[in-house]
Amino acid sequence: MSSRSALAAGFRPPLGSLSAALFGRGRARRLVERNVVAYKRRWWILATGFFEPFFYLLSIGLGLGHLVGRLELDGRLVDYAAYVAPGLLASSAMNGALFDSTFNVFFKLKIAKTYDAVLATPVGVGDVALGEVTWSLMRGAIYSFAFLCVMGAMGLVLTGFAVLCFVAALLVSFAFAGLGMGATCYMRGWQDFDYVSMASIPMFLFSAVFYPLSVYPGWLQVVVSITPLYQGVDMIRELDAGLLTPALLVHAGYLAALGILGLAVAARRLGKLLRP
Amino acid sequence: MQRAGARQEELSRHPGPAGEPARGGEVVVARGLTKSFGDFVAVDHVDFLVRRGEVFGFLGPNGAGKTSTMRMVSCLSPVSGGELSVLGMDSGASGPAIRARLGLVPQEDTLDLELSVRDNLYLYGRYFDIPRREVRDRVERLLEFAHLVEKAEEEVDTLSGGMKRRLTIARALISEPELVILDEPTTGLDPQARHLLWDRLYRLKQEGVSLIITTHYMDEAEQLCDRLVVMDKGKIVASGSPRQLIEAHSTREVAELRFGVDENAAVASKLTELAERVEVLPDRVLLYTEDGDEAVQAAHCLGLRPEASLVRRSSLEDVFLRLTGRSLVE
Repeated sequence: MSSRSALAAGFRPPLGSLSAALFGRGRARRLVERNVVAYKRRWWILATGFFEPFFYLLSIGLGLGHLVGRLELDGRLVDYAAYVAPGLLASSAMNGALFDSTFNVFFKLKIAKTYDAVLATPVGVGDVALGEVTWSLMRGAIYSFAFLCVMGAMGLVLTGFAVLCFVAALLVSFAFAGLGMGATCYMRGWQDFDYVSMASIPMFLFSAVFYPLSVYPGWLQVVVSITPLYQGVDMIRELDAGLLTPALLVHAGYLAALGILGLAVAARRLGKLLRP
Repeated sequence: MQRAGARQEELSRHPGPAGEPARGGEVVVARGLTKSFGDFVAVDHVDFLVRRGEVFGFLGPNGAGKTSTMRMVSCLSPVSGGELSVLGMDSGASGPAIRARLGLVPQEDTLDLELSVRDNLYLYGRYFDIPRREVRDRVERLLEFAHLVEKAEEEVDTLSGGMKRRLTIARALISEPELVILDEPTTGLDPQARHLLWDRLYRLKQEGVSLIITTHYMDEAEQLCDRLVVMDKGKIVASGSPRQLIEAHSTREVAELRFGVDENAAVASKLTELAERVEVLPDRVLLYTEDGDEAVQAAHCLGLRPEASLVRRSSLEDVFLRLTGRSLVE
C-alpha cells in the first residue's frame, strides 16, 4: 500500500532506500541551487579565496625562486615557480573545498538551523550531504580553474597534460569537501575549527608543495605521503610534467575513496543529529 | 489566493485509495503512538484521529510531548512504537512522499538567514521540485498573503518577530499542502500579530486545508480548534471539542471570590456546600458552579463578605489547569 503511493508520488521503491539514505534522492541539486542564490548576494566572498594561492605563487614561486634558481624535475630543469605551481594548485583546490564544507556547513547546521527547515521538505539527509559536498567541490573547481589560468598566463604550465591537472584538482576538492563535511558534522562549537587549521596549515607547509618529498628521512616520507594533500600535489605535479604513471590511479583512487567516505559519514551523522 | 484549482490538480495527481483518503476521511491516524529517547518516554501510547478539513489542537504544558508528536507526524523523527498513518501513508515507509504534501511551521523560525524574504519562499518551493515559473507565481501570492510585499528584498534578520512568523507560515504553504502542522505558531507575538495570524489560519481552513496546531494559549485553542486533545506527561488526558471539554471537565460558570490572602483558606471550608467544586488559590477562592451569581449570593447569605467577586463562564483554561495541575512545569 505504502510503496504504491510512494511510487505514485514519484519516489523510488524501497530497494534504493540505502543509497538514498547515503547519497540522496536526486534533490542534492536543490542545495546547490540554494547556495548559488545565497552567493549571488555576496559573490565577492567567493573572489577573495582566489588570492591566497596566487600571492603564494608570486612571493614564494617568483620571489624566493630568484634565490633557488632552476631545479631538476623528472630529468628536466624547471624554474622554481613552475615547480611550486602544481603544489599551489592542489592546495587551492583543498582550500576552496574546505571553506564551504566546514565553516558554512557548521553555520547552517548548528547556528541558522537551515537544514532543519530543508529536511521538512522531501529533501533527505543524503541530499543535504551530497548537495553541500557538490557545492564545495564546485567552489574548489572555480579556484582551481582560475589558478590554472594564471599558471598558463605566467608560462608555468609545463606540458599539454595540464588539462588533466584540472581533473586531478577536482578530485582533491572532492576529497577535502567530503572530509571537511564529515568532520564538521561532529563539531560541537566554533573552537573545534582550530583542529581544521591545525590539520590544514601544516599539511599545506609540509606536503611537498614547496620542496620534494626526498628531503625527509624515510619514516617521515611515509607519514607525509599518506596525507591527502600530498596525494594531490604529487598527482598534479606528475600530470603537469606529462608523466602518466600507474601511481596516478593510486592517488585518484585514494582521493575518491576519501571523498565518498566523508560523504557517507556526513549523511549518517546528519541523520542522527537532525532526525532523532 | 486561488488554491482551489491547484488542489484539484493535486487530487488527480495522487489517485487511488492508498494515497488519498476520501473527503471527510482522516488525514492522520495514530494508534498506540510512542516516542522514547533512551529511557525517557516523551510520547506514551497516544491515539488520535485528525479529520480532513478540521483544525485539530494539541494542548499541554511544556514537556507534555506535543512537539515530539508533531515531529513524528511531520515525518521528521522516526516512530518508536505504535502505528502512524499520515495522508493515508505509513509514516515510516513514505516519509518523503508525506512531506511532499505537508506544510510545517516549526516552533522556532528556521528561516534561511543568508537569503532575502523572497528567496526564502522561492528556494523552499524548489526543495519540493516545483517548476521555477510556478514557484515565482506562488511566491508573489504568498508575499501578499503574509503582508510582506514591501519586505520582499530584505534580509530575514531585519524582520520583526511577527513578520518572521508570517514568513514561516507562508513558506509552509508554498507547496500548497493538504495538511499544515503549526507548532506554537503565536508564541512570543503581540496581540495584533496574533490576530492577523489567526485570520490567516482561518482562511486556510476555509480553503479546505487540514490544520494541526499546538499551543499553550487557551484562547487560541478555543478560537481556532474544532477538536483538541490535552496532553500531559506524554499521555492524552482528555479529548473533544472545546465546548465538550468544558462540559466534561468543568462547570458552566466560575465565581471568583477574594477574601484577602490570609483569609481564603479559612473561609473555603464554609463554601464547599455552595458549589460542585471549590478550589483555593493563594489570592482567591474559585467556586465551580452552574450559576455563579447564585453562589455569590449564597456566600453573602452565610455572612461572608469577599473583598471582590467576579462571575465568569468556564473556559478551556479551567479545564487545562484541572487536568494538568497548577504547579509550575519546568
